[in-house]
Amino acid sequence: MRGYRITGDTYMAIRGKVWKYGDNVDTDAIIPARYLNTSSPEELARHCMEDIDSAFASDVTTGDIVVAGANFGCGSSREHAPVALKACGVSCVIAASFARIFYRNAINIGLPILECPEASADVRVREDLEVELDRGLIRNRSNGREYHAVPYPRFILDIIEAGGLVEYTRRRLAQSTAGG
Amino acid sequence: MVQNNPKTMAEKIIQAHTEKASVIRGDLVDANVDLVLANDITAPLAIEEFTRLGVEGVFDRERIALVPDHFAPNKDIKAAEQCKTMRRFAHEQGISNYFEVGRAGIEHVLLPEKGLVLPGDLAVGADSHTCTYGALGAFATGMGSTDIAVAMATGRVWLRVPESLKVIYHGERRRWVGGKDLILYAIGLIGVDGARYQAMEFTGPTIADLPMDGRFTMANMAIEAGAKAGLFAVDDVTLDYVRGRSGREHSIYASDPNATYSRIVEIDVSKVEPQVAFPHLPSNSRPLSEVGEVTIDQAVIGSCTNGRWSDLVEAAEVLRSRAVHPHVRCIIIPGTQSIYARAAREGLLDAFVEAGAFVSAPTCGPCLGGYMGVLAAGERCISTTNRNFVGRMGHPDSSVYLCGPAVAAASAILGRIGGPGELGLA
Repeated sequence: MRGYRITGDTYMAIRGKVWKYGDNVDTDAIIPARYLNTSSPEELARHCMEDIDSAFASDVTTGDIVVAGANFGCGSSREHAPVALKACGVSCVIAASFARIFYRNAINIGLPILECPEASADVRVREDLEVELDRGLIRNRSNGREYHAVPYPRFILDIIEAGGLVEYTRRRLAQSTAGG
Repeated sequence: MVQNNPKTMAEKIIQAHTEKASVIRGDLVDANVDLVLANDITAPLAIEEFTRLGVEGVFDRERIALVPDHFAPNKDIKAAEQCKTMRRFAHEQGISNYFEVGRAGIEHVLLPEKGLVLPGDLAVGADSHTCTYGALGAFATGMGSTDIAVAMATGRVWLRVPESLKVIYHGERRRWVGGKDLILYAIGLIGVDGARYQAMEFTGPTIADLPMDGRFTMANMAIEAGAKAGLFAVDDVTLDYVRGRSGREHSIYASDPNATYSRIVEIDVSKVEPQVAFPHLPSNSRPLSEVGEVTIDQAVIGSCTNGRWSDLVEAAEVLRSRAVHPHVRCIIIPGTQSIYARAAREGLLDAFVEAGAFVSAPTCGPCLGGYMGVLAAGERCISTTNRNFVGRMGHPDSSVYLCGPAVAAASAILGRIGGPGELGLA
């Protein structure tokens, strides 16, 4: 598994420049509630990070990587938060730790995330990162350093491999039907 | 033997919802759920994912609750479309617990009131404050829309069985100290990720004397410490509350005396003052006496945290026969239609209106900066809601201070953050 499966055999390479944030980036910061009257990914993307970084939504480019401190995605359960990041073209979020609902949501919708306190502490804004998701390896192409993320449990890897929770569940439902 | 290991109530409730003989913290399990919840913001996305699953119908039309409360009554055309999507799905699927505007309220106040969550249940909701139902001795946790779509289709969710963190409250509560102050104080101690991925268990002699509404407030804010659930042991207070609300049977699970906790925090409540959490984190709590001079533009009393009957009673004690400060907008929002009706019957609405407060029917409204009290740049609001993040109630340069109903009501009168003591209320 080189990158992240989008659909079928289409994989997305995880490589891009870093956007760096601190601890406790909450879901109101990722996508303010005033924009939740829609679930359109494109519309949400236009307002992503707006209240803490007004340049993000306009300047982020496909493949870019968000690196943050502890408890990334704390607050509400809104799946609109990882949806907005993904729709912006963010290829991966790396943080020292994640709030649990955000963690589930990101895995479920197919936004790659990695927990890596080492990278969170070391990586600087605008550096160039590359990620090998299956190995949890983060390579800093700006200075050659490597960081190792906390590995996913097997079960989470299965969901990622399937391309998200819906596809994973579809397969399981098909299996249980086939098995009578 | 593993089966004889002492267990926490979180472990016991989750175990009872699996086919396994024993589950323990750290296990990944597939569990059956008793109730699945979504609201007007999270349901549309869940319905989209549900459709992609390609299943015929929901797993059980009586075990799904859909509540238009966040941007309802429809605040704009887009919100109207979202509510319409949820309403249509509810009708197509024959969801019996769809609550229309005018017969509803704020989801986490409404569902326990309707007897839809009972002790021992495993409930999941596409709303982070689903953890409120832990006050009933149920394991309840918030998830995203995709998880909820799968739960609506299959009646099952995957869970990692959490470690538990125990908070023990000793000592008598001072006057005007309620559930909100107890939870803000605890979050101040452990931080906004102090219970991340864990179940918080609220115990101790103070809790035994705490009425149900205060317990709901505390369980509600467990998420603000990063917790997966906030649990209370079932006692007579719980059983009095649930009696007559449901025809369904319930189960009581208690933590074993020597169960394993990741951490035990002890709090001497006799030293706890009313709390105020400063911007922009719920963990920035301070005792009222250390707040200093903070003038306010708005006071909000309501939400899934503090929109219950006893919250309104407390606010009325302070506001009755007084006047809201000329520079302050005081917004009061009862949590459900039945609380609203009772407030009308028992003269609370009159007291609020005569004091110069704006009273709304139930909605989440201003709590998340939706409508009905959005803040301008530079404005400050004292609020009984649950979050004071940047931009939570409006402009990114506005600020929210969190507190209980008595302090919010007193501040509305004073025009600055202060307590009922300053108004001569003992």
